[in-house]
Amino acid sequence: MPDDIIISVRGLRNSFGDQVIHDGLDLDVRRGEILGVVGGSGTGKSVLMRSIIGLQTPQAGEIHVFGQPTIGRDETETVDIRKRWGVLFQGGALFSTLTVAENVEVPLREFYKDLDPALMAEIASYKVVMTGLPASAGPKFPAELSGGMKKRAGLARALALDPELLFLDEPTAGLDPIGAAAFDQLTKSLQKTLGLTVFLITHDLDTLYAICDRIAVLADRKVIAVGTIDELLALDHPWIEEYFKGPRGRAAVATQEAHRESEASAHPTEVKARTLDATGADRTQTPATEIAADQARTS
Amino acid sequence: MSAMADFTQDGADGGTLRFTGNLSLQRLGTLPQRLERINGTVAHVDLSAVERIDTVGAWVVHRFAASHQAAIAGLSPDGQHLLDQVVAADVPVEHRVSPPSPLARVLGEVGDAVAVALNTLLGLLGFLGATTLAFGAVIRHPSRFRFNAVVQRFEVVGVSALGIIGLMSLLIGMVIAQQGAVQLRQFGAEVFTINLVGRLTLREMGVLMTAIMVAGRSGSAFAAQLGTMKLTEEIDAMRTIGVSPMEALVVPRTLASIVLMPLLGFYSSMIALIGGGVLVWTTLGVPPVTFIQRIREVVPITDLYIGLIKAPVFGAIIAIAGCFQGMQVESDAEQVGSRTTSAVVQAIFLVIVLDAFFAVFFTWIGWD
Repeated sequence: MPDDIIISVRGLRNSFGDQVIHDGLDLDVRRGEILGVVGGSGTGKSVLMRSIIGLQTPQAGEIHVFGQPTIGRDETETVDIRKRWGVLFQGGALFSTLTVAENVEVPLREFYKDLDPALMAEIASYKVVMTGLPASAGPKFPAELSGGMKKRAGLARALALDPELLFLDEPTAGLDPIGAAAFDQLTKSLQKTLGLTVFLITHDLDTLYAICDRIAVLADRKVIAVGTIDELLALDHPWIEEYFKGPRGRAAVATQEAHRESEASAHPTEVKARTLDATGADRTQTPATEIAADQARTS
Repeated sequence: MSAMADFTQDGADGGTLRFTGNLSLQRLGTLPQRLERINGTVAHVDLSAVERIDTVGAWVVHRFAASHQAAIAGLSPDGQHLLDQVVAADVPVEHRVSPPSPLARVLGEVGDAVAVALNTLLGLLGFLGATTLAFGAVIRHPSRFRFNAVVQRFEVVGVSALGIIGLMSLLIGMVIAQQGAVQLRQFGAEVFTINLVGRLTLREMGVLMTAIMVAGRSGSAFAAQLGTMKLTEEIDAMRTIGVSPMEALVVPRTLASIVLMPLLGFYSSMIALIGGGVLVWTTLGVPPVTFIQRIREVVPITDLYIGLIKAPVFGAIIAIAGCFQGMQVESDAEQVGSRTTSAVVQAIFLVIVLDAFFAVFFTWIGWD
């Protein structure tokens, strides 16, 4: 297997009872890319992710992550692989009895037991701030957080071990457009900073246009196509056409173009770090403004 | 990429620290401890020989440089960007709010508990009133009576409980008879075992144990069902459409409990008598015919009345506690669990308290 393929799925088959979810599914994820995974409801996007991270044992097929097989192996054998990835579940999946900062510390405690506790606490602290949470969120319990803050805290925990590979399951679902755009930019900026490979499940067309390098389309129990949006549209597949060229798809394209134009005209050097907020005004993407937006939404 | 993180100190020009290897979490090793042992001035930190750096490595270097006022140099643009991000995130974060002093905490918890208890009592009374009003409304407008829902509750609360309540009652009857026989034999009074079984099951145990079982089976189910419906906004949807949740959900459940508790209590008492009878037959050699005759002689009919009067009251308490707790759930799945627990605890507690009052009351009016 070539070195730049981080995840390789071959001939995957998953079924629940009579219902076949995947049959002969193949997929490659390249090092350093953000791969968006799309598909209609019930096409098994989450099941695919769960199969890759080992929460679901498929009926057949092979999955290699970092060049090592993951199916049918003991949990203790895959520890070294699991140290190298982070997972953000849909609802954040924070441990409800621990505070946000303690949640971020859990993977560190689990995998690096002999790390100095003070250093561990410091690592958790800067991870919390890096994901755009206010410092005051550290001692809060998950029940006290808004949906957007829970996702950020979940992301901070997923990034606790500085993983090479990040799985995001519908990170922007349930967020308002400002929060969703901020989360997209956060993902992009972290991916750049940390050199991450991101496996991103989403329904959000704006996310696909804004940050994904390639998109894999799930349909008919397989990945029917992988490529950039332009490559996918060139395929003339009816579902893909409908998906990207429907009213919402067109709106996303328009947003994206407006975004690009305003960036080009304003500060061409800050392209990567800027986003548009709902009023159309430019907003430089620093944690402080993001926090302000987050707090404005929660209060 | 497997070289461990390391550093060399170059003391020539006031101290330059040169890091080498892989400055990442996996390859950090004892580097942080060794860095802490460095004394003297270090003016420069050189990272040009570092193979790879992640945020943990950047953090360790940043922390060291900040404490020695050293300048960091030699990073690639990507590495510098990473270091900048980490430095920007250097904000003190509290991990857990430190708890108040033990005395304040105990006092606070006692105060909270009292407030919760009083509020719950008040809420329960209010809910009892609301349920009564809903019953009144249904009686005045019989067309709003939900026949199907009530019948379905009858099945869930009553018919499905027959097996478990029967088994429980049989065993309780047997245990009372067996323990009674053992103890009474010491006085040569084994024959009074029949009095014990008959009076205890009909007057107290049958209904009380049934109430506990129904609270565990149905009271908890009511709380969980209504709690989940509250969570999924089903109850709000009902209100919007103009259906009263009190009439549609609470009335059928309360009615089912009130009607079925006496039936189940009577059934439980009978099975317990059978259990006691079987044991008396096998250990004391009293044949069933004699057993029944003795029961008719020693157990006054008022014992049966007492059981049957208490049962519907217990049923109402169980249903109202269950529904009340279910309706208190607010937008948090965790609450469904805790409210269900409270519903069962509250129902059983109130049932036992009321049972004590009933015992005093019935003795007072001469039903002893």
